[in-house]
Amino acid sequence: MAELIAAANLTKHYPTSRTTRQMLRGERPVVRAVDGIDLVIQRGESVGLVGESGSGKTTVGRLLLKLTEASGGTLNFDGAAVSGLSGDSLRRFRQQAQLVFQNPFDSVNPRFTIRRAVAEPLINTGVPRAERDGRIAEAMRLVHLGDFHRYADKHPSELSGGQLQRVVLARALVGRPSFLVADEPVSMLDVSVRAGILNLMRELRDRLGLTALYISHDLTLVRYVCERTLVMYLGRIVEDGPTSEVISRPAHPYTQALIKAVPRPRTDQSREDLPISGGLANAVSPPSGCRLRDRCPYAFARCAQEVPALLEVAPGHRAACHLTSPANAAAA
Amino acid sequence: MDGGSTIVLPAKRRGLRTALRRYFADPYAVVGCVIYVVFIVLGILAGWLAQYDPTEILFTDDGQLAASLPPSAAHWLGTTNLGRDIFSQLVMGIRPSLFVGITAAVGVSALGTAVGVLAGYFGGVVDTLLMRLTDVVLGLPFLPFVIVLAALLGPSLQNVVFSVVILLWPNAARIIRAQLLTLMQRQFIEAARVTGASHSRIILVHILPNILPLSLLYGSISVGWAILTQASVSFLGFGDQDTISWGFMLQDAYASQALSQAQYNWFVPPGLCIVFVVAAGFFLSRGYENLIFPKLKQ
Repeated sequence: MAELIAAANLTKHYPTSRTTRQMLRGERPVVRAVDGIDLVIQRGESVGLVGESGSGKTTVGRLLLKLTEASGGTLNFDGAAVSGLSGDSLRRFRQQAQLVFQNPFDSVNPRFTIRRAVAEPLINTGVPRAERDGRIAEAMRLVHLGDFHRYADKHPSELSGGQLQRVVLARALVGRPSFLVADEPVSMLDVSVRAGILNLMRELRDRLGLTALYISHDLTLVRYVCERTLVMYLGRIVEDGPTSEVISRPAHPYTQALIKAVPRPRTDQSREDLPISGGLANAVSPPSGCRLRDRCPYAFARCAQEVPALLEVAPGHRAACHLTSPANAAAA
Repeated sequence: MDGGSTIVLPAKRRGLRTALRRYFADPYAVVGCVIYVVFIVLGILAGWLAQYDPTEILFTDDGQLAASLPPSAAHWLGTTNLGRDIFSQLVMGIRPSLFVGITAAVGVSALGTAVGVLAGYFGGVVDTLLMRLTDVVLGLPFLPFVIVLAALLGPSLQNVVFSVVILLWPNAARIIRAQLLTLMQRQFIEAARVTGASHSRIILVHILPNILPLSLLYGSISVGWAILTQASVSFLGFGDQDTISWGFMLQDAYASQALSQAQYNWFVPPGLCIVFVVAAGFFLSRGYENLIFPKLKQ
């Protein structure tokens, strides 16, 4: 397998408003949405990116698709630097890398018919008119909207959320991309249609061999479609490993808390206390050292002084926690 | 799911009929529309309705100047102190008013939309520059600016339109920029970008159709302002002296002391016409506002 995406020290800082005093002192406070992440995605791999709201996972997706420019670090797509893309090379990249949105009701232009919405990528990448109808029908078959002519001339307002999310998927697939980012693809859908969309995504993964990044706060989704899982906390990756490993043997206290927070179907079951409490720390001035330390029950002196590195805890499974780092394990 | 300020327009083609029905459900809109239709028809037929040349000095059969005649069968609204037929002046005065109103509306909505869309879409420095420019223009005093411009460029209808457009676009630009900022948060704009649409395509194909209703609203509001401005400028004597307009008639009546001579037939009709047309413009935009912001009505 070859690397499709390779990011090193990828960073995105958003400037925030300054007070007069900060302006006079020449300070430029920033929100550290993504603060130096290293990420490699192999061709054909399905990777899940989980974390709570505000952890920066959506920003990672936007960075990988060049929807926003990185403030620092490097990002290569298929061996070429994404930051250098423009004109024709950017258009080729746009054909290769696609996005599935969270809210299907908002991500299709309300004035477009379904046919026009799905045709949009083909028009933008210069696919000849004669080929378009065939390509659209092919994409609609892929997402199981085979009787395309029933939907072709309808407007988004006439379709259900599940149907519309299939249309959004068809629009993403019609240009035959090699990389797909799905940002919370089912969180706006009714529970009853979620399973259908998830099955579809799994099927597409197997059939098309797509490389995909699934962004979600929902571990069950990631478990269902991804072979590898990344956990993000406050702009950093804190754990990275095979999905089954991460879920059965979480190494990082934050991941442990995420897994314990997953709702269970039985209501009479007593719930274990969550190992962490409180809310996400401030991304403008994050805690020194480990960013979880103010919420972590195991925090000790070293956590405030030193940023934990992402180190291997088992083959292919890495975590950024001083508790699991070899040096500390030796001391304990 | 949508914000309260999001434009809701029926996307379907057959929605036009629904939209019209909803539009005319508003009584103000009906009144405004009726007034406009009446004036537009009268304006078209003006050449035929006016029995006399509005600038022609008329004489009675016995060779006397037909000055200050009261309303009669021959002169429906009487004559001015220089023997000109008031009714003919009134109907011919519709044309410059409509010309000024409509061209200014087109100009204001075009310029306001262009500035608002560019500022809202590109943001950053472009936004700052354009918005500070609108702040400056909003600070200009209205009538003095029009008068100075008329004095500099010469009195003509075109210059009145020009100055009205220069002064009124900032309001439209601000509102359209605000609408654009909410539109830019919609995922379908992002979707257009990620599928490789160029800036011009996103603006023309994805944004403008969603902004157009708002531009039209600002256009229809400008109609009244433009007509009012033209009348004011003419009344103050800075208008085109060769064009018979309602403002010119009022100025003529004022200068001839028509009020002290109780010639109500001279200055009341053009005054009422101005009130009607300006009010109709606001009524129309009111009904239109209900149509594009249905949530405001509750």
